Amino acid sequence: MAEKIRVLIAKPGLDGHDRGAKVVARALRDAGMEVIYAGLRQTPEMITEAALQEDVDVIGLSILSGAHMALVPRVLGLLQEHDMSDVAVFVGGIIPDEDAAHLIAMGVKGVFGPGTPLEDVVNALRCEVVGH
Amino acid sequence: MKSSAVVDDADPQIHALAVAAMSGNRRALARLISLVEGGGAAALQAIAALYPHTGRAQIVGVTGPPGAGKSTLVCEMARAYRQSERSVGIVAVDPSSPFSGGALLGDRIRMRELSGDPEVFIRSMATRGSLGGLARATADVTCVLDAAGYKVILVETVGAGQNEVDIGRLAHTTIVIQVPASGDEIQAIKAGMLEIADLIVVNKADLPGADVMVEVLEAMLGLQSPPADLHHVLDAVSPVTSKGSPSGSGDWRPRVIKTSALRSEGIADLIEAVAAHAQYARASGRRAAHEREYAARQLRSMLQQEMYSRFLAQIGEQEIQAAVDRIASRQEDPYSAAIRLAATCRLSAGAA
Repeated sequence: MAEKIRVLIAKPGLDGHDRGAKVVARALRDAGMEVIYAGLRQTPEMITEAALQEDVDVIGLSILSGAHMALVPRVLGLLQEHDMSDVAVFVGGIIPDEDAAHLIAMGVKGVFGPGTPLEDVVNALRCEVVGH
Repeated sequence: MKSSAVVDDADPQIHALAVAAMSGNRRALARLISLVEGGGAAALQAIAALYPHTGRAQIVGVTGPPGAGKSTLVCEMARAYRQSERSVGIVAVDPSSPFSGGALLGDRIRMRELSGDPEVFIRSMATRGSLGGLARATADVTCVLDAAGYKVILVETVGAGQNEVDIGRLAHTTIVIQVPASGDEIQAIKAGMLEIADLIVVNKADLPGADVMVEVLEAMLGLQSPPADLHHVLDAVSPVTSKGSPSGSGDWRPRVIKTSALRSEGIADLIEAVAAHAQYARASGRRAAHEREYAARQLRSMLQQEMYSRFLAQIGEQEIQAAVDRIASRQEDPYSAAIRLAATCRLSAGAA
C-alpha cells in the first residue's frame, strides 16, 4: 500500500475567514488524505515547524487578507532553510492572476482561486505527490 | 550516540536516520515516525535500531470523550513540564474515516502555545483502522520519541467512548477526563474507561455541575472492592481508606482532580498527582510489572501476525480461494478448513 498523503492546512496572517480552508480540508479527508488542520493566525515559522514535525507531503495555505506576497515567500524561504524544499506548497484564496504567476515562479505548485472545483484541488495535490 | 549491533545490521539509510534523530535532528525524527507508522520492513528496522535506546521516557496517556478538552489539557500539561525543563513529546491520535481512509487531525489547533519550543515535538496520528482508541503504530511512535530523548511523552487518544482502553496498556499513568453533567453513578460504575484510570480529571470545572461530578466519581471510587492483591494483607490494613489519595496500603486508588484547562486551573495539582502515581508505580514494582505485561502482550501479538503471514504465504492464494468456495457452498465449515490448511504449514519455512 502506498504511503498516506499527509497535508497541512494552515491560515497564515491575520484574516479570520477559515471557511474555505475547512471546506478544502474536508474534501481532502474525503479523498483519503490525512489532513493536519493547524487553523487560524499561523506565522510562517509555526507553519514550517508543524510541517516538519508532521512530515507532510503538502502544505496548503489559505490567504484572504491580501498579504500573500509577504507571507508565501517567507514560508518558502523557511522551508528551504530547513532543507524541506521537497514539500509542495499550494495557495488558496483571493490571489490576483499577476501575483499567482509570481508565486508559481517562486516555487508554489498551484494557486486556487474562488470557485475552483474541489476535485481539481484533490487531483492537483495527488498528481504532485504521486508524481514524485 | 553509540550505535548498537542491531543498528549496524540495518539499512544504512535507516541507520543514518536513527543516529540523526537520536542526536537531536527533528527532521530525521519526523521521517522515522513516518517510516514506523507506514509499517513493513522499514518500520521493523527502525524499531530494531531504536529499541535499545528506549525505556527512559515517562508515558502519560490522556483519554476521554470527544470535546472533553483532551488537547487543551495536554497543551497545559506540556507547558507545565516545560517550566520544569523537561522535554515533551506529544502523540495526538484522531480517527481515520472508515469510508475514505482519510482523516482530519485537529489536535494541534489547541496546542499553538507550544509552537516555537525546540524541546517540544508534536505529532498527529490517524487511527488507520484501529479501534482501541490508538493507532496500530502509536506505541512504536512513542518508542521513537523515547529514543530521541523526550523525557515525558503525552499520548492523547481519539475521543473515547466506553471501550477504547488500549491507552491503559501503553501508558505508565493514564488520565481519564470527564466533564461536568456527563452522567450519574451508573455511568461511573459501568465497565470500561474509568477502570483504566490512574487519575480522573473533571475538566471544564468552570462550568456548573463540576462539584457534583467530582462527588459522583469519588463515591464510585469508594464503592470499589478492595483490589485483588490486597486480600492476603487485609488484616494488616484497612481496605477502604480516605478517598482521593493513595491508600498507603500498597495499592493505588485513583484521585479525582478538578481542572479548567481553558483557564489553566488545577494543572499544578494534576502534574503533582501524575508524579505521585509515577513514584508509587516505581516503588511498588507496578511499573516493572506493567512493562513486562506490555512486553508479553506485544510479543504475543507480533507472533500471531508473523505466523499468520508465514502460513498465508505457504498456503497460497489459490488454496485459500478454493477453501472459501467450499465454505460458501457449505461443503466444509470454516473451522475445519482453517485447521486443515494450518496443518499443511511448517513454522520454519519462512526463515528458509
